[in-house]
Amino acid sequence: MTPVGEAGRVTDRKGGQQVDQRQQLAYVATQAADARLNVEIETEGMTLNIGPQHPATHGTLRLVARLDGEQVVEAEPIMGYMHRGYEKLAEVRTYPQVTTLINRIDWLGSFANEVPFILAAEKLMEVEAPPRAQWIRTVLFELSRIANITLFLGDMAVQLGALTPVFMAFRDREFVLNQIEAVTGGRFHPNFDRIGGVKDDLPKGWIEDTKQAMEKIRDFCDEFEDLVLGNEIFQSRSRGIGIVPPAVGLAYGLSGANIRASGVDWDLRRDGHEALVYDQLDWKVWTHPDGDSFARYWVRLQETREATHLVDQLLDGLPSGPIMAKVPRIIKVPAGEAYAATENPLGEMGYYIISKGDLVPFRVKIRSASFSNISITPWLLKGVYVPDIITILASLYFILGDIDR
Amino acid sequence: MTQLSSTEIETDAAAESGPPPDERREAWAAQLAAELGEGFVEHHVIPGSDLWVRVARDSWTDAATAARDQLGCQFFDWLSSIDWLPSPYGRDMDAQEDNPQAKAADPMEQGHAGGHTRFQMVVRLYSLTEQMGITIKADLPADDLSIDSLIEVYAGANWHEREAWEMFGIHFNNHPDLRHIYLPGEFEGNPLRKDFPLLARRVKPWPGIVDVELFPGEEGS
Repeated sequence: MTPVGEAGRVTDRKGGQQVDQRQQLAYVATQAADARLNVEIETEGMTLNIGPQHPATHGTLRLVARLDGEQVVEAEPIMGYMHRGYEKLAEVRTYPQVTTLINRIDWLGSFANEVPFILAAEKLMEVEAPPRAQWIRTVLFELSRIANITLFLGDMAVQLGALTPVFMAFRDREFVLNQIEAVTGGRFHPNFDRIGGVKDDLPKGWIEDTKQAMEKIRDFCDEFEDLVLGNEIFQSRSRGIGIVPPAVGLAYGLSGANIRASGVDWDLRRDGHEALVYDQLDWKVWTHPDGDSFARYWVRLQETREATHLVDQLLDGLPSGPIMAKVPRIIKVPAGEAYAATENPLGEMGYYIISKGDLVPFRVKIRSASFSNISITPWLLKGVYVPDIITILASLYFILGDIDR
Repeated sequence: MTQLSSTEIETDAAAESGPPPDERREAWAAQLAAELGEGFVEHHVIPGSDLWVRVARDSWTDAATAARDQLGCQFFDWLSSIDWLPSPYGRDMDAQEDNPQAKAADPMEQGHAGGHTRFQMVVRLYSLTEQMGITIKADLPADDLSIDSLIEVYAGANWHEREAWEMFGIHFNNHPDLRHIYLPGEFEGNPLRKDFPLLARRVKPWPGIVDVELFPGEEGS
């Protein structure tokens, strides 16, 4: 495979091939060490079943690992415990009804699920939401990101043995959920985005409250930078564990913070062409060259802080005007095909909608981030030690609803 | 903390310069056409939006390889299939009964970049350098629903192909591990085919559109 480093955008301090080799060499070396040991101690293979109900699985992912001593020879995720068939169900629902369903894909950042679907439908209808609606959309999109990632920040720590961060994460996430609830009426499933705009305007006093909540989230990030990232145990358990070389990650379809932690400077908020207002804001995309579990955590922490700044800017620049474009009450989407993808908390999420000019979509293909993100695990878990399975699964960060759809 | 300092990586503005996106899309199609020759069937560009390319079934892996190596599409986005059969159960939300008219009235109509068969493969690839995506399609003849696997080109195709096999019953040649991914092993049928009934809708009546309560002061339409 062509090394991605040559392409210009993709940067990798160590060189993709080299990191790739490092993992292979480590595996060979440990195999050799084991072989020497086995002269005296016979080991035999063992199958370890993790899940479906394990805290590291965020739902019901099951992992079957074949072990040789402490090492994984082969690991295979088994999904489907929560398959709900949204692609089939969407074929018998009208476009406004579909958003109710897809709220439940990534249930930690629900509003973000609705956005790419609505954008794809708007593309087909050639409707554009008025500026205020786009800004409100983007604010809620970023709030969903914060609500989603704060939980990850606590959750990965708890899986590495630190109990406190997860309580702090749940505590501070509440501030964001309260703000989402104040606008949409729903803490988990807002169902707020509409074709042509958003359902309602912001309530009175909301902007001030949200700014205060962002302050609290920034404090939370600072605290976690010391508490978790600065923690020696956390570092030694996550540094150099589960290295994803950029070229391999891209071929597996890794997106979002997972691929940015491998040094790939790609963010659909900046690079995508969807109708959100990120191009009018001043912000940066965070990357980390290491590609290990630590880097994935680090990137997500920076992104959460960056998101709070984005929300502040969005609230300051909120334009006035209508929140809904002129769309018919009964929505029929003209025949055609469209794909829209956005940078969701978990990575690239997109909807490929095929319409035949009806009330209902003819086919909806849901491209969810976790499905691709987790498809790298059979490759990534080869040769790692048992405790590192948990680190790697936690750092890849998936939501089961986003895998099983 | 110094060891945790930001690892800023300069973003290059190369993608912004150069010809406008639609010209680049046409250039991509031309490049693929030159590479695949006979295997390149049709292409469709929606200005300012997207590019569709249809290739022959035998050129499926060649097209993906060319997209990866020549067009620079390193990112494997997704792979799936489309069943173009009009649903025999009617298409409206409140259809609970067979709707034979729907079957007779609707000829099979394929979407962008055309097609002639009921089943089509579709794969989406993305180039990070160009910040542009491409959707490649291929027709599958009704008597032989099989196509070469893309695993050799993109390792990530593995699970997507398992899903397409399970949901549409398409066989992937050279796939090492064609097993159920979501459904239990003994499951029969291919749920995303249009002639597979959605049983939940068939056994329980759906309130449907008649139930919608109008807002105060709103006229029914």
